[in-house]
Amino acid sequence: MVSANTPETPGGAGNPTATPRSIHDVVIRLAGNSQDGIQSIGGFLARLAGRSDQDIMTYMTIPSTISGGPSIFQVRMGTGEILSAGDRADMLVAFYQHSYEAHIGSLRPGGVLLYDADHVKPTSDDNRFTQVAVPITTGTVEAVGGTSKDKGKNIYVMGVIARIFDLDVAKLGALIKERFGGKNEDIVRNALLAFDAGYAWPQNNLRDLFYRFEAIDHAIVTSGRPQVTLDGNTALAYGLLAGGVRHGAGYPITPWSSIMETLRTELPKYGGLFVQCEDEIAAISTAIGFSYTGNLAITGSSGPGLSLKMEALGWATMAEMPLIVVNVQRGGPSTGMPTNVEQSDLLQAIYGSHGDVPRVVLAPKNVEDCFYIAIEATRLAREYSTPVLILTDMALSSRIEAFDEPELPKLMVSPKADLSDRGADFKPYPLDRITRHAPAGSKVLSGKYPTVTGLEHDELGHPTGSPALHTKMTAKRREKIKALAASLPAPELTGDTAGDVLLVTWGSTWGPGREAIGRVRATGVKAGHLHIRHIHPLPNGLDDTFARYKKIVVAEINDEGLYGFGQLTMMLRARYANPAIVSITKTDGLTFKVSEIVAGIAARVQSSALDATLNAAGLSVLAQKS
Amino acid sequence: MSATALAPSPSAPAPALTKKVLTADHPTWCPGCGDFAVLASFYRVLEKLNYPHEKIVTFAGIGCSSRFPYFVNTHGGHFIHGRALPFAAGISLGNEDLHVFVFGGDGDGFSIGGNHLVHTARKNPRMTYVIMDNSVYGLTKKQTSPTSPIGFKSKTDPWGAIDQPINPMRTLLNSGATFVARSHATQVNHMTEMMLRAARHDGFSVVEILSECVEFFEGAFDAAIPRKGGAWKLVDEKKNDGTPEDEARHDVTDEVAAFKLAQQAWPGSFGVFYENKTRKTKNALEAELVAKTRERTKNASDLALLQASFARLR
Repeated sequence: MVSANTPETPGGAGNPTATPRSIHDVVIRLAGNSQDGIQSIGGFLARLAGRSDQDIMTYMTIPSTISGGPSIFQVRMGTGEILSAGDRADMLVAFYQHSYEAHIGSLRPGGVLLYDADHVKPTSDDNRFTQVAVPITTGTVEAVGGTSKDKGKNIYVMGVIARIFDLDVAKLGALIKERFGGKNEDIVRNALLAFDAGYAWPQNNLRDLFYRFEAIDHAIVTSGRPQVTLDGNTALAYGLLAGGVRHGAGYPITPWSSIMETLRTELPKYGGLFVQCEDEIAAISTAIGFSYTGNLAITGSSGPGLSLKMEALGWATMAEMPLIVVNVQRGGPSTGMPTNVEQSDLLQAIYGSHGDVPRVVLAPKNVEDCFYIAIEATRLAREYSTPVLILTDMALSSRIEAFDEPELPKLMVSPKADLSDRGADFKPYPLDRITRHAPAGSKVLSGKYPTVTGLEHDELGHPTGSPALHTKMTAKRREKIKALAASLPAPELTGDTAGDVLLVTWGSTWGPGREAIGRVRATGVKAGHLHIRHIHPLPNGLDDTFARYKKIVVAEINDEGLYGFGQLTMMLRARYANPAIVSITKTDGLTFKVSEIVAGIAARVQSSALDATLNAAGLSVLAQKS
Repeated sequence: MSATALAPSPSAPAPALTKKVLTADHPTWCPGCGDFAVLASFYRVLEKLNYPHEKIVTFAGIGCSSRFPYFVNTHGGHFIHGRALPFAAGISLGNEDLHVFVFGGDGDGFSIGGNHLVHTARKNPRMTYVIMDNSVYGLTKKQTSPTSPIGFKSKTDPWGAIDQPINPMRTLLNSGATFVARSHATQVNHMTEMMLRAARHDGFSVVEILSECVEFFEGAFDAAIPRKGGAWKLVDEKKNDGTPEDEARHDVTDEVAAFKLAQQAWPGSFGVFYENKTRKTKNALEAELVAKTRERTKNASDLALLQASFARLR
């Protein structure tokens, strides 16, 4: 019997006669109900990959119902850079009949259908897939016994997966002990029993289904720092902590809530404070109040909540208050598709609110970037005394990725409110300089104390109806954002630096975009990929970049709108007046598949080689590499 | 700058706050507006409190009365309509040393900001909120307000208001504010006393001041002005002197008695209706939470804390 607890079977190569087939990466989709703990299988696999120098990407959907209901977790793990969650699954694990029916379409032909023989009856003459019946429920009940019923099915399945993909059982066992270590010993023991039983099942029944990930080139891949495994919302919250944010306020809304939960729990440790408010408006108001005391603060929400914050955001722009506003985008408008992804809040983020409100909008490209962009946002908000919006999305918020642990000693910012005396010539709104507020509590030596206001004002913050001053102050607010634009680095450009097509992406579309451009270039098309993190203001010099390509194709998860272009595309066309800029858009509530972007490019670029590639089969990992 | 004997030492007492020091822009209110008296009274309150100048914050929402901060030379500002309270909660919680005053009208406090009033009271942050109630929307030139009496003829109710007005005292008591008082803009000494007591209260204190709009609701509060034939009735507060007559006096800690005062027929009584000195402020509760958490983490540095968080994700 092969056991995770038996040290003499390292790596789990239990059957010396079976030879694992080498694979580059694998996409496993687990489909069950939300109470089955399939998210935690994903979590375990993600952390295992993080500890094994393998790259992973996960994709999770949670039902919007409170408990119960279908739930899936897709994990792609492999050697080297994993950029997307995978278009189609190589293996589907179906816990129930409805899981099977709803997700069999996501399994690629030739893939493996692994199902719970106690609950699922697949179409028996369907020979597109390798069907594997595993008694998941009875196997778990037999292994664990007692009163726990089928609790632990998830761990059993993880055992099955660990054997099939030759995962490191010693590390998985350690992870199980860490995860359940805080609970009583029975729980740890039951989990290990379930794991062992699952692990033994393919050993005894499925000797052919045995894979191993390609060896990794350590000299290239590792940074020497340990890998950490976390989701985008956690990364963003930690980035804010690193950037010195110690105050915030919010109101619960999916998928933003976990950021406020993390900050509410973490901030007291840092001597800070997060306030749960009565509504979205109170939340942004309280956050601006914190900023007014010299403590850069954060508020956040998701689509509809951002709309509610708009009036106060207009005030923060007018009064030139530093502020971080996080918007975790979901499907809209209105309540829309609250647990799905969309990039349809871009124009709201840039232009929402009333009047001329030049503001800063950043979008992270992956989970790791959620951390770094949060730090950058805090720096920009302070330097330019302005609200900064971070546009993340549902996909980034919940998916788990592994990345190099940040070098915190180099990154941490010390957050002291500057309450030093202000000179006699202090003005809150000087026309010739960027505003530096005197927070409440700081002495102004002239004895003239400033007002911060949403009324158009003079340099001292007092109201004015002067047409000339409104023009000058509007220009002051605009010019500082233009100065910020001039300070921005050129966006990341990969692939060909000139040629047939430039793919432009923003936000979480980075990964599939990058993978897509690799495939397009493999057909001989000269293609580049430009990823924009600084959405507004745009970095300078993009027009020169665009001029080097025949077509500029922008992929974004939103509607083509009345004029046939996605939201960023509209911005770019307006900004550069370049008719070669076109869109690939979609509104199915799901992240881009690599093949969708490739097809979108093919439809806009003349290339028979590219068309031929499209006609060939999609990602075929297990079969191709065997 | 070289150190000279003439430079004031940091420990030298700051000059006393005077009306002259505190005066800023000339008020934009109409001649005869009740708000002038509230402003004059507030200068006296600040003179008496004599807080360090830089630690006073005067904030407001939108409305005639909300122009207030421009006329007071302290740190301060003018936020959006109805949302000054959550903003001020951020100020109060963001810096423990500040003395935060919020001014606003009946529209700001009871209409657009009504829910903020309830929740700010529930949280009980340390600050003072002065509602200058004129029972009409003045800045927008005479529309019905949440405290306009039934029958009041406005531009939005030319035949007379038909909606039941809010009873401000009952609303404030019900919100859970820990200090609730009522005054009248024609009574400068009384206003000053009420605002002083409110400022000294440790928690969320509210003073409602009836402040007449001479342009759009003239005579609104005459019923409480003796020289116009009205009755100025003060709340007779319990003195705890053991005398038999003290039995009948109002106990400000008695919430039920406060509600009874709020139910009196117009124009009712003026004074402190309710004060709760036992409920902790949000400032104190959050500080306790921080202290407890810091103790548990053994006052670890920010860097060590975040490093530990990442280490758990390896």
